[in-house]
Amino acid sequence: MTTQQTPYRVLIGKPGLDGHDRGAKFIARALRDEGFEVIYTGIRRTAAEIAATAIQEDVDVVGLSSLSGAHLRLFPEVVRELKDRGGADIPVLGGGVIPDEDIELLLKEGLNAIFTSGTPADTIIQSFTTASQQHRDHDAQK
Amino acid sequence: MTPKSNALLAGLKNHDPRAIGRAISAVENNTAEAAALLSALDRDLIDNVLVLGITGPPGAGKSTLTSSLIRRLREQKKRVGIIAVDPSSPISGGAILGDRIRMMEHALDPDVVVRSMATRGRLGGLCASAGAAVRIMAASGCEVILIETVGVGQSEMDIVRLADITLMVLAPGFGDDIQAMKAGLLEVADFLVVNKSDMAGAEALCMDMEQIFSAKEEESEIKRVLQTVATENMGISTLLDSVDRFAHYITANGIKEKRRDKALDAETIDWVIEMLRPKFIQTMTECSEKSDPRVRAQELINTFKLQ
Repeated sequence: MTTQQTPYRVLIGKPGLDGHDRGAKFIARALRDEGFEVIYTGIRRTAAEIAATAIQEDVDVVGLSSLSGAHLRLFPEVVRELKDRGGADIPVLGGGVIPDEDIELLLKEGLNAIFTSGTPADTIIQSFTTASQQHRDHDAQK
Repeated sequence: MTPKSNALLAGLKNHDPRAIGRAISAVENNTAEAAALLSALDRDLIDNVLVLGITGPPGAGKSTLTSSLIRRLREQKKRVGIIAVDPSSPISGGAILGDRIRMMEHALDPDVVVRSMATRGRLGGLCASAGAAVRIMAASGCEVILIETVGVGQSEMDIVRLADITLMVLAPGFGDDIQAMKAGLLEVADFLVVNKSDMAGAEALCMDMEQIFSAKEEESEIKRVLQTVATENMGISTLLDSVDRFAHYITANGIKEKRRDKALDAETIDWVIEMLRPKFIQTMTECSEKSDPRVRAQELINTFKLQ
């Protein structure tokens, strides 16, 4: 029996106070056009709200966007909040206005991948696909 | 019972949000533990839950009204489940599920359980998953479950039939949209909520709807056309009180049970089709390819010895 795989579920969220959501909405639409189900939380969310939503919705991946410069605090906070809620296995991807020197720091803090304004959409979607599939495989093994 | 379904079941009883999310995914993805899990759910909790369908055209204020209803239900200390349905793209199969944006004030409340679901382009298929999601939420202690969906397509109407009581949300200024909805509306909706009732045209819309609904009101003597301003929390208590009275009415005279039985029968058929679909698709190539689809379908059915 061929089992048709159900669409990947991802959450796109904007933590913190910045209201520039063009990037987040662009990625949400691009992911939808690639067959993803995208739960969009809107702007100005706390890390706890994003993590709690991701857990409830049982998403494969969390994608965060930040253009305010607060990514070093906010992105790792989401990773920690997820962990506290039993979601350490959910990969977190981040994007936005992020200086090169911060990327390494964020990866060390548990972020799965970081994208900057120059990253092509295809690369971002590929990262979401890979991370989602890895999450599903990990889930199936448990 | 597999160890995995046992763990999920224990999680549901403990109100663990991760377990609720995973249990619904298990059903949506038709995994091995889904059946064991669903048969072990607490029947009493499922029987006693109140399921409200909230439907209406895009922009009428469904999500905002839902959020106001959640707020009021939480004041009453009730644990609430929400199933928010949005359409899938017919081209990519993807979806943007944005109903949560208006419900984020409840994001950190452990007694507000939200699940966004996409229609996934399957007539009936979503209905099946949503039905199971209702039972999973009920088994994890939700006392009221709200199903929110755009009520303009057949699949959405099917989902609404999962509800014990259906609220149709309208707003002034929709004009012809409302005219077009009247026929289906009469059959499906128990309540008509005129939202944004502080806007011009609300009174006229109410009068229009009251005329249509007057026959229904006589049945239970409960007012069925109500006005709200969801953004201001106006009219929400009155609406919920009326819904409560109506819930008692339909429970007492067996209407709720009849509606449930009908919905469960319909869901069973949906599951049959969902479960057979992949097998049918696989076997289709074995049937004569060039025959008329109607003829080919019969061949396919004969192959499966269904008749």
